[in-house]
Amino acid sequence: MATRRVKIFSLFERFWHWSQMLLIVTLLITGFGVHGFHSLFSFEDAVTLHTSAAFALLLLWIFSVFWLFTTRTWRHFIPSAAGMWGVLRFYSYGIFKGERHPYRKAYWRKHNPLQALAYLMLKIVLFPAIWITGLAYLSYFAWRNLPDATQWLSDVAMVHTAAAFLILAFVLIHVYMLTIGHSFREHLMPMINGFDEVDLSPEEEAYLSKDQPGDIR
Amino acid sequence: MRASIGAVAGLLLIALFSASSSARDNWPTPPATAVPAPQISGPLQGGTADHTKFDQLRGPFSSGPEVTVACLGCHTEAGDHFMRNIHWTWSYTNEETGQQLGKRYLINNFCTNSRGNEGMCAQCHAGYGWKDESFDFTDETNIDCLVCHETTGTYYKTPNSDGHAACSVMFEGKPPIDLAAVARSVGLPQRANCGACHFNGGGGDNVKHGDLSTALKNPPRTLDVHMGVDGLNFACTACHVTNRHIWAGSRYQVISKDTEGMGKPGQRSDVATCESCHGLSPHPVNSLAAFKLNDHVQSIACQTCHIPEIARGGVATVVSWDWRTAGKTRDGEGYHEEGYIQGNGDHRYTYKSIKGDFTFDENFPPSYGWFDGQMLYTTIDTTFDPQAESIEINGFTGSREDPKSRIWPFKRMQTWQPYDKGNGTLVYTHLWGEDDAAYWGNYEMGKSIAKGMADFGLPYSGEFGFIQTISWWPITHMVAPKEQALSCGDCHIPTRSRLTSVEGVYIPGRDRNRWVDIIGTLLVAGTLGGILIHGLVRFFSPSHGSKGEHH
Repeated sequence: MATRRVKIFSLFERFWHWSQMLLIVTLLITGFGVHGFHSLFSFEDAVTLHTSAAFALLLLWIFSVFWLFTTRTWRHFIPSAAGMWGVLRFYSYGIFKGERHPYRKAYWRKHNPLQALAYLMLKIVLFPAIWITGLAYLSYFAWRNLPDATQWLSDVAMVHTAAAFLILAFVLIHVYMLTIGHSFREHLMPMINGFDEVDLSPEEEAYLSKDQPGDIR
Repeated sequence: MRASIGAVAGLLLIALFSASSSARDNWPTPPATAVPAPQISGPLQGGTADHTKFDQLRGPFSSGPEVTVACLGCHTEAGDHFMRNIHWTWSYTNEETGQQLGKRYLINNFCTNSRGNEGMCAQCHAGYGWKDESFDFTDETNIDCLVCHETTGTYYKTPNSDGHAACSVMFEGKPPIDLAAVARSVGLPQRANCGACHFNGGGGDNVKHGDLSTALKNPPRTLDVHMGVDGLNFACTACHVTNRHIWAGSRYQVISKDTEGMGKPGQRSDVATCESCHGLSPHPVNSLAAFKLNDHVQSIACQTCHIPEIARGGVATVVSWDWRTAGKTRDGEGYHEEGYIQGNGDHRYTYKSIKGDFTFDENFPPSYGWFDGQMLYTTIDTTFDPQAESIEINGFTGSREDPKSRIWPFKRMQTWQPYDKGNGTLVYTHLWGEDDAAYWGNYEMGKSIAKGMADFGLPYSGEFGFIQTISWWPITHMVAPKEQALSCGDCHIPTRSRLTSVEGVYIPGRDRNRWVDIIGTLLVAGTLGGILIHGLVRFFSPSHGSKGEHH
């Protein structure tokens, strides 16, 4: 086993991550504006920005889903209980004692078990909740004449808002996590230049050095 | 670095979508024309007859009916047509409920009732000489053609009966009308013709409707985009299109949601709805907001956004009236007090012995509610609970679930007016007359009610009180230019929403689930608090500063 600097985030992944970040921040700010929590924008501008950002994010996701499946990188998000306890124990106890993080990043496994579970939950619970309700909200004009449409709209808005609160909480934790372990900057850099320290098996190291020399330093 | 290209692209995308949303604020307004064009009437444009050349109209005429005979000499069917419309009959039967409506029978919360007071009230009847029940509704020579068609602006009518000396003095010494000159001036009705009555309903300028005042005789475009002399310069009949002297647009059966829109050429144009000219998707779809605005047409009447305020243009409207204070005299004489200076500088009476106290308002936001076009009238036959806090003279119905309903703006009129305490009914008051029971002369309400009821064989317990009455006036005139229309934020706002009182619909920005907000705020605050505590414990823990760990 050797620790090397390896390109673990491809250009598309980084593009995906940062565009998504920008759009989600826009959606959170404008969304809470539409909800009436602040008046940084007029209602009209908040709705327009919110809807536009949602369309842009939808487009981005269509590409990223396509990319995840064609590159088989979706496997990074498969949850695993193995090592989960260690990670949980580290964040709630070990970290204060100066213990080592129990997880070693592998080339085939970029996320620790807690990360994988958190991202998976985000992808299969929160994001669908906000998308389904968001699209239903947006297409109200098409179903407004169904019976009890206003009650449904109210429910849709409720779930949409609740999901937004949860996503905001996720974003806060996500950003805070960058301060744990490495410095904030060191955590940020892989998502900017793509390279991070990864434990490589001799086979992986040999393969990368020979076939993808640009991806290993 | 290359990752930021994506970010920039995202921003551009958003900017592209949103650019058009701000463009609405400064729409160009068409330039004013130097010379005002003639008023645009209904379909009949450019007549083939010049009435100044008609021998029949040379006169001399000694009375209005003589002019009418001359008119009917050529317009042979006009009398028959005219006698079917409510300007003549003052009577309207609701087809659905069978209820007898119309000015001739209804009670309102201004001067309460025309019935029994025709000598005064029927000044605004499009006929001659209606002063009591003996008026002959079948005599077409009694039709007043001039009031609608003369264009000199000199024509007027005085009450059909003398009234009490205290009141009739108001009409003494008016100069006679040159009937022949007036007759030769006839043309399509101008705003001032319709306005002679409709601007002055309820006893004064803009008293009743709130959206119809003398400011509309020569309004700027900013007061009314359709009637503005520096804009389209529409006469009333441009929208209230006439077919055989029956006008489109009825306040008894309002089309609160037009589902037909514009007709094809040769089809439907006889409906005075906004949609009959502007269609069902009136906003040009050049932005997301415009798309959404067109969707709003389903639930929101055009008037709701495009008439942001009532009684614009400098003429105030009466919003409350208190008959309880009527009848005070000074040295045995009636008097009045001026207490309100309106936008155009004119003083308005805030107290009159014959009517009581009034409150005026202008440039104020309407009340809003779901409206299906149907008014529920409290008529002279309706009994109610005398203990009720207030009675709606014309309540209205409608809801989000009703496909005919939309949210409409209304002027709310509140009055304390006399009623029959014993029977729980409204009453006819006898206000105008030469007899000693006429309130406008003797100031005795009990006597006036007793006669008002007895004259029509109506039961009266002999005991009257005052009850609060509300009437609702759908607002549809004084359409502001589009740049003055309400913006999204006027309704979609947690507090002070225009639609605060409107129920049965979820309005984003106005409505929310309290628990989701509370729990969500607690969750986010808790997360921040947790982060803060976790961070602080890390900071002060012995291993603070250890580096080089993955997570």
